[in-house]
Amino acid sequence: MEFEKIVKKNMRKGYYAALNFVGAHDEALELSQQAFVKAFKNFNKFDKSKNFFVWYYTILKNLCLNYLRDNKKKISIDLIIEHKAEESESNPQLAAERNNLKELVQKALFELDAEDREIIMLREFENYSYKEIAEILQLPEGTVMSRLFYARKKLAKKLERYLK
Amino acid sequence: MKEERFIILLERYFSNELSKEEESEFFSLIENDTQLKKEFEEQKQIKEILRKMEIKNPDRNAWEGYWLSIYNKLERGIAWILISLAAIVILFYGAIEALNKILVNNHIPSIVKYAYLALVLGVVILIVSVAREKFFTFKRDKYKEIQR
Repeated sequence: MEFEKIVKKNMRKGYYAALNFVGAHDEALELSQQAFVKAFKNFNKFDKSKNFFVWYYTILKNLCLNYLRDNKKKISIDLIIEHKAEESESNPQLAAERNNLKELVQKALFELDAEDREIIMLREFENYSYKEIAEILQLPEGTVMSRLFYARKKLAKKLERYLK
Repeated sequence: MKEERFIILLERYFSNELSKEEESEFFSLIENDTQLKKEFEEQKQIKEILRKMEIKNPDRNAWEGYWLSIYNKLERGIAWILISLAAIVILFYGAIEALNKILVNNHIPSIVKYAYLALVLGVVILIVSVAREKFFTFKRDKYKEIQR
């Protein structure tokens, strides 16, 4: 089935994109799947010469923003970030500091607006190029760079005490 | 204007895309402006912190059952549509049949007959109203293919 192949190709990206918005594994899985269901129902409207993920991302983003709007008070955020394996630390004190930093960064990220967090996650965690982000968010590349700069600046402000 | 140029050069610097000329332009901007230099240091620090982190992977089982879960959702969606359509047809048929029997039955008081007619009419108006609203929302909603 063509759609099954498309899902299998894009499911990880979809899941991580949802996770960036909602910050909880189960909800991210559910929302990314719901977005695939909606995409399937409207698949006849999808221009097959275009990038499926860009189209799917618009559906997913709307679902996630609706979810955030409707569940403002109920959302519990999982710890979704960790240090890369090569950054592991054998010294217990340094390891504890790193854990602390990880929690601080996650807290700061989820205090940002969904759209600031979105652009940071796309660039810094998922390593999309500016061009790819521009395509996904349907913005000019210059705007992507500028939004990224100001989003990092807001993050720096939230981590001010740590940075000093 | 200067800040806009700085941001573009900074981002291109981070992704190693600066040409020689742009590199010297970028460093000259930083050297001649303490505020921009401060911004550069701050952005570098944040980039460095984020570079060491990644998103946790979900349990492997999540991927194994992913497609099946979508398939089940699609299948149930089709089942609900069939059930809803069949229920509407059967209810409509039942209502017409009941209406015929009630209206010709002389033992039923007129008030009950009128009440039954009002009930059927009310349900029909309600269905038409909801259907019309859905139809117009669908026609006007530019994100109709996105969220429903």
